[in-house]
Amino acid sequence: MKLLKNFKGGVHPNYEKQHSEDKPIQVLPAPEVVVMPLQQHVGAPCDPVVKKGDQVLMGQVIGESSYAISAPVHSSVSGTVLAVEPRPSVTGRSVMSVVIQNDGQDTPIEEQQNPILKSSDPNQRIDVDGNLIRQAINAAGVVGLGGGAFPTAVKVTPPDTSHIEYLLINGSECEPYLTADQRVMEEYPDKVILGAKLLAKAAGAEKIIIAIESNKPEAIKILEKYAVPNEIEVITVVTKYPAGGERMLIKAVLNREVPSGGYPHEVGVLVHNVSTAWAVAETCLTGRPLIERVITVTGSGIKEPGNYLVRIGTPIKNIVEAAGGFNGQPERVLCGGPMMGLAQFNLDVPVVKATSGVLILTEKEAQKYEPLPCIKCARCVDVCPVYLMPLKLEAFAMNEMWEQAEEYGAMDCIECGCCTYICPSKRYLVHYIRLAKQEIIAARGKN
Amino acid sequence: MEETRFKISPSPHIRDEDSTQNIMLTVVVALLPVWIAATYFFGFDSIRLVVLSSLSAIITEAICQKLRKRPVTVWDGSALITGMLLGLSVPPTLPSWMIVFGAAVAIIVGKQLFGGLGGNPFNPALVGRAILVISFPSPMSKWTIDGITTATPLMESAGNFAYHELFFGNIAGSIGETSAFAILLGGIFMYYRGVLDYRMPVSFLGTVAILSILLGQDPIFQILSGSLLFAAIFMASDLVTTPVTPKGRWIFGIGAGVILTVIRTWGSLPEGVTYSILLMNAATPLINRYTRPRIYGRGVKANG
Repeated sequence: MKLLKNFKGGVHPNYEKQHSEDKPIQVLPAPEVVVMPLQQHVGAPCDPVVKKGDQVLMGQVIGESSYAISAPVHSSVSGTVLAVEPRPSVTGRSVMSVVIQNDGQDTPIEEQQNPILKSSDPNQRIDVDGNLIRQAINAAGVVGLGGGAFPTAVKVTPPDTSHIEYLLINGSECEPYLTADQRVMEEYPDKVILGAKLLAKAAGAEKIIIAIESNKPEAIKILEKYAVPNEIEVITVVTKYPAGGERMLIKAVLNREVPSGGYPHEVGVLVHNVSTAWAVAETCLTGRPLIERVITVTGSGIKEPGNYLVRIGTPIKNIVEAAGGFNGQPERVLCGGPMMGLAQFNLDVPVVKATSGVLILTEKEAQKYEPLPCIKCARCVDVCPVYLMPLKLEAFAMNEMWEQAEEYGAMDCIECGCCTYICPSKRYLVHYIRLAKQEIIAARGKN
Repeated sequence: MEETRFKISPSPHIRDEDSTQNIMLTVVVALLPVWIAATYFFGFDSIRLVVLSSLSAIITEAICQKLRKRPVTVWDGSALITGMLLGLSVPPTLPSWMIVFGAAVAIIVGKQLFGGLGGNPFNPALVGRAILVISFPSPMSKWTIDGITTATPLMESAGNFAYHELFFGNIAGSIGETSAFAILLGGIFMYYRGVLDYRMPVSFLGTVAILSILLGQDPIFQILSGSLLFAAIFMASDLVTTPVTPKGRWIFGIGAGVILTVIRTWGSLPEGVTYSILLMNAATPLINRYTRPRIYGRGVKANG
């Protein structure tokens, strides 16, 4: 038996993929009204370039920014701008958003129809210039669809000094419940491979490694057909949360560590999600910007769990309805998975580029616990994938000892939540570490 | 669809099923074979001491928490463990009022004065035992088996003991330490349940074995006699009072082994397990501080 690629730490929650992993991707009709937040990415928010009453076409830029680290936002439907106003976003904060009444025509914008890639053959040699690919990705507003939402064009443009050996395509969808990436790999393998090749070309990467968790044997089998010696390799990694974390994946697959506070390109690696690769292939083949994505709608609290191709900006209310509505009283509505997903207080917030799923948990799944005293069992130390001492960081944060928290590596925390998950005393460890990080950043700002 | 508002909470939204109460319960279950063996060899005294000690510990904890105006949490099982451990680490002839006193002191001085569960630097049961040894040296070193007063195997006058007697029991000593077999059974159960880190007993017992070979002693005798095995499995593994880092746990066990061998070889006490662990408990915050794991990505160089 081949030894699985592993990393130290991590947890084994119930994966709960069975709700939706066998459900083919369905196209969800565009809603009557879409809400397009003007910040769906890491970096500078976009400024609106349309106003109330404007007619917009599908794929038209409605928000853009002059800053280097940003990604434009495009209308996912054609229709009339109803409002440009702050609306609650998935993070709970209000974000300037463009609200568009869908005219149902899906009239595409003309000048976007200039695909840079002629053939959709996944085995082709990519002859397109890397610069052209980067420009196309940038113009299409593609960001990391795994949840990171970092502008993809910026990521494939590492500093001149960097030499990229490996492009890791992240198919380790380690969040329990979510199956969107798995379905993308199984149903659109051509596009995933093509997107990976385009990304590799853009970044100047020598080799492509597709890393998939061992609990997705079907996806592994399908993608292995595209493997090319010394060019494209499919590697199976251990099924463990957070195997899909960028730093964990690099450690597991290549046994390299990204320097503390640094970036993967510093060790010659770039990591992109499979859905990001799919989006890159789509935009290069069709010229259409990123206006839709595959999401998983799942959890015991929904009647018909499944995977859907949805327009960005679709309110989650429409998605819940399409999936048959609630199954009983929902206890928690999440955007994202149960480990790092964001809880929503109503169903008005829209799907954004980084939303990989809508998860409806019942009371049984999302139990509430009162924290008990820490008994120093050190399980949090054992599971921390970046080797921190969460119990110490929590204690420092509770006592507002920010300097000590920094000394003990609070800023290295990736907020995966393993410590809180495993804690037998049900303490809110990662929550306090987040608080410490905010305070440390605030203190740095003052100095 | 009617307008509903949902509860919000920080991630993660799912939790592991194990709980602190489960961990405590596991230790209690692991102590049962030891108690059963003790009852087999010492009869009613074993039941008397363990029950009184446990009741005293639980009631004292409840009173302390009432006085401190804190929620009464005796059902978490931690006071029960302290009571059982203390009851099992005294001689069978100890008068009832002494064990009640010892367990109460263990909870008050060893635990509640430091803020209760999780706050105590020293193992409460060992604090109780140390105070009993200091307060009542004679009753605390009166070892009998089958009603006949004898020396513990560790006293030089005790003569030779067969290994199988040391292993299965039937020797004089504190009631819980006689049967190595029962202790190991409990230890294996705790290890299986993920409550016992193997590093602690392995390093503790290993250090004692190596040092006793170097000093020309019989290592098997040193490990099986006295309360070493009992303490290495049930007390050196106490989560609250021992290091949280893997490296720190090795150091804790090695340190306790060195101190124990020094006390046994050159000290005037026949048994030094209590003090070896209490001293290492005192060193635990320091050990934690200096054995912090290397953080991911620290001390690595970029090669790009």
